[in-house]
Amino acid sequence: MRIALFATCIVDAMYPEVAQATVSILRRLGHEVVFPEGQSCCGQMHINSGKFAQAEPVIANHVRAFTSTEWDVAVAPSASCVASLGHQQPMVARRQGNEALASEAAEVADRTYELTQFLTDVAGVTDAAADLGSYFPHRVTYHPSCHGMRLLRLGDRQSSLVRSVEGIDFVELPLADSCCGFGGTFSVKNPEVSSAMLADKVRTVQATHADVCTGGDASCLLHIGGGISRFERTGSFGGTPDVTAVHVKETSSTDAQGHTAEKLTTVVGADDDDHLTPGERGTAPAEPSRVQGFRVGQAAVHLARILASTKEDPLRVPGEGAEVSGGSLR
Amino acid sequence: MTFLGMPLMRSKHAHTDLPGGQGNIVETEPFPEVSHQHLSNQQLRTNIGHATSSIRDKRAGVVAELDDWEELREAGSRAKNQVMANLPEYLVEFEENFTAAGGTIHWARDADEANAIVTELVEANAPVLANGRREVIKVKSMATQEIGLNEHLETQGIDAFETDLAELIVQLGEDKPSHILVPAIHRNRDEIRDIFMDKMPDAGKLTNDPAVLAEAARRHLRHKFLTTKVAVSGANFGIADTGTLGVVESEGNGRMCLTLPETLITVMGIEKLLPSFDDLGAFLQLLPRSSTGERMNPYTSFWTGRTEGDGPQNVHLVLLDNGRTRALADEHGRTALNCIRCSACMNVCPVYERTGGHAYGSTYPGPIGAILSPLLTGVEDEANGSLPYASSLCGACYDVCPVKINIPEILVHLRSEDVKANHSPVSTQLDTALTGASWMMGDGKRMAAAEKGLPFAHKATRGGQINALPGIARAWTSSRDIPGLPEKSFHQLWAESEGQAESEGRTDHDGETENGGDEK
Repeated sequence: MRIALFATCIVDAMYPEVAQATVSILRRLGHEVVFPEGQSCCGQMHINSGKFAQAEPVIANHVRAFTSTEWDVAVAPSASCVASLGHQQPMVARRQGNEALASEAAEVADRTYELTQFLTDVAGVTDAAADLGSYFPHRVTYHPSCHGMRLLRLGDRQSSLVRSVEGIDFVELPLADSCCGFGGTFSVKNPEVSSAMLADKVRTVQATHADVCTGGDASCLLHIGGGISRFERTGSFGGTPDVTAVHVKETSSTDAQGHTAEKLTTVVGADDDDHLTPGERGTAPAEPSRVQGFRVGQAAVHLARILASTKEDPLRVPGEGAEVSGGSLR
Repeated sequence: MTFLGMPLMRSKHAHTDLPGGQGNIVETEPFPEVSHQHLSNQQLRTNIGHATSSIRDKRAGVVAELDDWEELREAGSRAKNQVMANLPEYLVEFEENFTAAGGTIHWARDADEANAIVTELVEANAPVLANGRREVIKVKSMATQEIGLNEHLETQGIDAFETDLAELIVQLGEDKPSHILVPAIHRNRDEIRDIFMDKMPDAGKLTNDPAVLAEAARRHLRHKFLTTKVAVSGANFGIADTGTLGVVESEGNGRMCLTLPETLITVMGIEKLLPSFDDLGAFLQLLPRSSTGERMNPYTSFWTGRTEGDGPQNVHLVLLDNGRTRALADEHGRTALNCIRCSACMNVCPVYERTGGHAYGSTYPGPIGAILSPLLTGVEDEANGSLPYASSLCGACYDVCPVKINIPEILVHLRSEDVKANHSPVSTQLDTALTGASWMMGDGKRMAAAEKGLPFAHKATRGGQINALPGIARAWTSSRDIPGLPEKSFHQLWAESEGQAESEGRTDHDGETENGGDEK
């Protein structure tokens, strides 16, 4: 199959290694990869800022780039950008009175897949270890991005592939389906609320004691990594009041095989006892939990790089001396 | 006083030319500023976190029980869309049936008119008491909150007593509701006990046991139910083909108000209609499961005009526009009027969970408020223009909405309206950055050219991570670090490794690479 890579602007400019990993995975499956070089961005940044007129040339550029090359399907390492192609580009083009662009954009969108959507639905990959040689013997937690979950309905496509990597120690992220607070320009238009959401996300990531937090969207991971880095560096988030209602409790349980498994449970807000006044029935209101002993050296990394990691050419983690920059694994 | 709001929507008027609503639907200052104080309130965060997460779990449980939930949502959405597309006809049909059953209809263009109508009706039907004032009892109602009825009545010598337990807590605490279903969600048991002991003259000493607090409220209210002549309610549904009104509630206090007094005055938004009684089959499943997480709500009351010898004999309905005509005329926003006030969107919203309802400055908080308030007033109202940005567009609200209102899409639409309204003629740094980005990203060659600066930027920053930036970017670095810039973009890496070879091998193609240089 001839596959057009849609790198997305953030991967192109900030995380070129994620695009390289995507190319590597696709080639391993025997596909030819082309890169329409006129590509830039899906336009979501402008659309979500309400700037439809400014989004139109960005949409037109995407359509121009992807209609001037022959390809069977396009693949992008981002659920959010793929969702924008289908859910937003035609709508905005139509609102701008550009019907021709709307239908061209819809045609490109119809043949564009998020990476795990392509791997699962088109390539039929169910076992990353067997089909891709994926190997990553480290503890990993996973944040499903909102647009993957709710716009593309990826379900467990991403998590299943990550779980099937050889050697992986996959740990569920508490409150995984909560937004990390990025939201594009939301993060700068409402920075305090965004940071409050991020703070809770970072607390839950820390509670997993994972080496890395992975996901399918570089934008969310840039945000989560940025929060991890800030908290590990300074011990606070600075940009938002240090207030939370999220309590992550670590408990041990025995799994079906009789092994003792670590289990994380989450409580949001106070439980009933917390309503008692001090001394009443001998109970004091619980202090909001601070996750004890947070792990230094956690990082965020795109799942394409975990899937691309092999025994011969493994992706290193922070504990092995890998470079971490702004909370992202380099 | 007949004002049929609807015909306007079929005239040539754009929604932006129609009058906006007024009352408690206007944010006082932009959301980022007003949310600041709420974010730091640990008690608020804890209470709201606890309450929303437990209702959220309950809802998920009872929704999962139904195999046909998606079909029910579809049916609810279809019925409401049908009403909105034919609202003038349904309103006329409803008026005929309600009037034929012995009720009286009043049309109110806005909050002021509605308040004046209710005041007049109370003055005509409630006696002046020994303290020189009149009294009414109230059923929990969003419409009367929206128009600020209680506050208006107070200035007219009329005391309105809320009978819903949570509304009573809010009223006694001289507070504002922060959630449409559980208005006192921001209060915990200790705070409620303190409010009761402070404000109920005969409360005595109370504990924070819910049963004790409920008993105190019961004693406080019972006397009012038996002596007050006039009640004011809202309505969840108005049934066009029968002229019936309906209220669903949990406590039974609503039913006391709807049945015991001599006069019943209902205030209802014009969008609350359903075509026929049969439609209730879907809505009476959708509403309780979405809202309280119950299979069925405890009290469901319906009344059709006046019934001889049973219940109030003097029955009035104020049909309220207050910006609804304006919202309806907005083809991209009108489905917001489908809202049945279940509050499921609030309970799943990560922004609401952290700021609470007061930050939205309106009777309607959370995701639905972020679209409904500006749709009712118009985004020309600058502070309300900030509400559509109070969302990360995570989409959780759309997933749970029982009538399938695509809230994220309407938020984006309203942002575009706000951009058109152009509140700040002086561009912000963000606007300037986006304009630059549009120019750059509108042409892949410009983007590739800009990325050629990466090696220099990488060198200048020594590839190090970025911890602080000036200007608008400081909003980002206030709480997040940024990875160091890569030495080369993927565009460059591709061109170096395979792009080069590929473009050489593809001489029959228009080379799209910079090296190909085809300016077509």
